[in-house]
Amino acid sequence: MTEVLGSADALAARIPDGAKVALPPDYSFCANALVRALIRRGAKDLHLVGVPAVGYQADVLIGAGCVATVETAAVTLGEFGLAPRFTAAIKAGTIRMLDATCPAIHGGLQAAERGAPFSVMRGLIGSDILARRPDWKVIDNPFADGTDPIVAIPALIPDVTMFHAPKADRLGNVFIGVRRECMMMAHAAKAAFITVEEIVDGDLAHAHETASGTIPGLYVSAIAEVKEGAWPQGIPGGYGPDLAHIGRYVEMARSEEGFAQYLQETVLGAEAAE
Amino acid sequence: MSDHVQLEEILIGSIAGMLDGLGHVAVGASSPVPGAAALLTRARSNGATRVSVLGSENHNFFTDGAKELFDCAGQGRIDAFFLGGAQIDGKANINLVSIGDPDRPKARFPGSFGSAYMYYVVPRVILFRLEHTPRTLVDAVDYISAPGVSEPGVYRPGGPHALITDRCLFSFDKSRARFTLASVHPGHTVEEIAEQTGFDYDLPEGGVPETAAPDAETLALIRGPVAQQLAEIYPSFASRVFGIDKAA
Repeated sequence: MTEVLGSADALAARIPDGAKVALPPDYSFCANALVRALIRRGAKDLHLVGVPAVGYQADVLIGAGCVATVETAAVTLGEFGLAPRFTAAIKAGTIRMLDATCPAIHGGLQAAERGAPFSVMRGLIGSDILARRPDWKVIDNPFADGTDPIVAIPALIPDVTMFHAPKADRLGNVFIGVRRECMMMAHAAKAAFITVEEIVDGDLAHAHETASGTIPGLYVSAIAEVKEGAWPQGIPGGYGPDLAHIGRYVEMARSEEGFAQYLQETVLGAEAAE
Repeated sequence: MSDHVQLEEILIGSIAGMLDGLGHVAVGASSPVPGAAALLTRARSNGATRVSVLGSENHNFFTDGAKELFDCAGQGRIDAFFLGGAQIDGKANINLVSIGDPDRPKARFPGSFGSAYMYYVVPRVILFRLEHTPRTLVDAVDYISAPGVSEPGVYRPGGPHALITDRCLFSFDKSRARFTLASVHPGHTVEEIAEQTGFDYDLPEGGVPETAAPDAETLALIRGPVAQQLAEIYPSFASRVFGIDKAA
């Protein structure tokens, strides 16, 4: 049974320190209220997996000292440029970086959702990404006539997937529409904690209009209704990003002092609102 | 906006000239000039060329999540794509990761995105870099996000086709793993390119032409429908270059 919890903070309490946490990219469904709740909880040593890239969510968690490892194809704030706390942490050597390329992240998660040991993918050979990933192996394509080296990516199994979706029903079915990386993330992970704009009546997984874009509650550990839970980012098909806020974040996060002030203003003590 | 042809318009026209006739052009995130070139190609093709722009709601076909672009490319359904690099070297290796030791870098960039896949599987990858200096166009990159060429036996139907900068256009010969200076943009010189390029390249026999400016018809398309479509995806670029606001 999917649990229906009362707040983002209640969800954050279920995500343990050291968890491998899959996060969607900025143009998808970012659970920023849950990110803030994790910071309030004092989460430590998280291993973030950006599917396949990640932005504001990762930067805030890194700045707040919640992160030990980042595994992703890119960390970027898009038109706002480099992610300041990520960049500072990499230069200072305070987080471990596992650079990847987008389809390697997808391939690892696809192996996980199939229960297979690995996926194979083209590309990568001759890159420093591959040279610095001893956990990835070059194998011979067993079906080729001649030599055909190909890269094997082991199953990437997150402990937790978290994102913010438009709606769920009381059975725990979560509607994600075309943002199907969230479907893959939920399939691949051991647990999925999802905030939603609204919890609706009915059964989204059996209504024809919504079924094909709905994650069955089978894969969903717990949900919580959090209005505007993606803020300051937007939710595709819903509200847009708060560009003024993100611009101000980028300014403040340039220094540790500015970032600390940002947390004080935006994150700490905000339980009642989320 | 005056009758003066802007650098961006020359780049858009020049890139579109390398895309005409292709079936499907994809554009990654934060690439307004390549995006505009792809939209221009589509406008000139009467819709025969499909365009997928990441981050766009109106100019994007994908319904199967973030992986679909790559799956589509792996099947050979994407004919052209664009990549950049903090550094690009003379063998067309690109670096999107860091300067110096990657574990304690002097500079760190977002990361490789899908380059270590798209560069291998998309037949016509156009490299795009708006800072043409010895700092960016180097003899050897500090980190290879994706190599320009691969060893024999490595699956590599795709790869670099050309490199376009704010100063010039280079073509790339995969068999020799070398660039050739194909044309110099108006206002720039062959000598300046030599001074500002950190890698060796070849010069064509018979001299280096000037990059052609878009003709009046092309310019009207760029400043009209292309600029309007671009405003949905890259509002700040469309406002700065074409004076168009998204709401207009």
